[in-house]
Amino acid sequence: MHNKTLAEIARDLEAKNYSSVEVTQHFLDRIKNLDAKFNSFITVTADHALAQAQAADAARAEGKAGPLTGVPIAQKDIFCTQGIKTSCGSKMLDNFISPYDATVVKKFNNAGCVMLGKTNMDEFAMGSSNENSFYGPVVNPWQENTVPGGSSGGSAAAVAARLTPGATGTDTGGSIRQPAALCGITGLKPTYGRVSRYGMVAFASSLDQGGPMTQTAEDAALMLNVMAGFDERDSTSLDVDTPDFTATLNKDLKGMTIGLPKEFFDERLSPEMAKQIDAVKNELTKLGINFKEISLQATALSIPAYYIIAPAECSSNLSRFDGVRFGHRCENPKSLKDLYERSRAEGFGTEVKRRIMIGTYALSAGYYDAYYLKALKIRRLIHNDFENAFTEVDAILGPTTPTPAFKIGEKSDDPISLYLSDIYTTAVNLAGLPGISIPCGQINNLPVGCQLIGPRLQEARLLNIAHQLQQHTDWHKQAPQIEAN
Amino acid sequence: MAITNDEVKKIAQLAGLQVTEADIATYADNLSNILNLVGQMDNADTSEVKPMAHPFDNSARLRADVVSEQDQRDALLAIAPETESGLYLVPKVIEE
Repeated sequence: MHNKTLAEIARDLEAKNYSSVEVTQHFLDRIKNLDAKFNSFITVTADHALAQAQAADAARAEGKAGPLTGVPIAQKDIFCTQGIKTSCGSKMLDNFISPYDATVVKKFNNAGCVMLGKTNMDEFAMGSSNENSFYGPVVNPWQENTVPGGSSGGSAAAVAARLTPGATGTDTGGSIRQPAALCGITGLKPTYGRVSRYGMVAFASSLDQGGPMTQTAEDAALMLNVMAGFDERDSTSLDVDTPDFTATLNKDLKGMTIGLPKEFFDERLSPEMAKQIDAVKNELTKLGINFKEISLQATALSIPAYYIIAPAECSSNLSRFDGVRFGHRCENPKSLKDLYERSRAEGFGTEVKRRIMIGTYALSAGYYDAYYLKALKIRRLIHNDFENAFTEVDAILGPTTPTPAFKIGEKSDDPISLYLSDIYTTAVNLAGLPGISIPCGQINNLPVGCQLIGPRLQEARLLNIAHQLQQHTDWHKQAPQIEAN
Repeated sequence: MAITNDEVKKIAQLAGLQVTEADIATYADNLSNILNLVGQMDNADTSEVKPMAHPFDNSARLRADVVSEQDQRDALLAIAPETESGLYLVPKVIEE
């Protein structure tokens, strides 16, 4: 039952092959039996899930079921859930029970979905290996000593290990796409503003975007149908029509042109990874897609620009954690200043503090122009490169990451080498565009992913291409052998 | 660009973070490395480029000035570390 996709479970529930309570219990049992090894969940909400499942079964009996009523999913622990702990992977929020639901959570509740629990993540979504969690690292289900990627590492591992058919993630510089690639699943980062950020703990507000993590593109479309939509409560939510993302999955791809940025295929790309992307190209060519070399010159500077803009916004956003209104407070503060400084020093982990300090420095008097303003100008250049490319091509293809999953501990002492693993993903956030990572085979028995990038609001096109590819290949069906271990 | 130990102390103070003496050198080293990485930005000529703070240059939307939130005072105070008579408690700020 656990290898079924979200779409298959939805169809089975509709056909009354089993109830929501049964499928929910099945996944809860799997989490109980297997997750000690992966650590992909911070909180498992068994009672809450079974109550939701009963309500879903009752709704179905009354003929009031929607497309995903009774389907279990998991929420990244960055989305606020009323009455249930929302830790954001941090000691700072270890005691935080949100008084309200994030819009995304509310939408899944309204759709009748069942929440199995809250998934592990890098603290405040800062990291690419899920080693920065207060709750310990997540283990990649494909190989015990490797990372799942991050920051949505718990969601990616849980979907890969078939502990949930789908999960939410958030992506600020690659945090959905990179772990999806490293765990062999599908992960979509929508256009900035497509999915509400209300109740999603803020890291870098001009970059953060929630999205689905699933086995297939079809499932991603089903989840995005629930997640997307204008929200009054998010000041940068886009007031645009939300299409049915499943409606165009089967559109013919003939005549479409995909761009291959030469900067993504230079000497930095390993021959093994290049071979996997070539295989994707061959399959898409068979489906009638043309390829064209393009240039995204400014993306070479996306990592430097990203590692100014994201920390700058983080230093501002995380100033709210002051030990006064909620979250961690130090013992016996001697003064207000002591209360702030010690609560924050104790509540935040090393990487979060590092980014707060870089952001503070980049925004401080005397350095603002040289760093922050400069980064915003480079952001414009990156955006312009994509705009120009999309006058010639319908989508862009490249690798999601330079390598498959690396070893736990391999990069934890060297923040820079970890930052560089984001080279293919951060430009997409800086430009606010949609991007999807889908599995495209394995290197040394570890999965890798390819990334499709689309013009603004063209998630449906990316899902269409990804779905057609998945109809003709079986990379997305490969799963880790976990039962035998 | 190298960050000195004194600069680390100043940044930490601006950021409201306590740093221990033992950590200062590590931060100085880490921050210097990050600044070296972001220093690559100087390779791009941006003299004619307008900064872009937000994707699509969208600015905050205006809405009608009507009440949209309900009073949640009790729920919000319930998650605070220390409160009294409906107020947040902090150490004394003004000395007598």
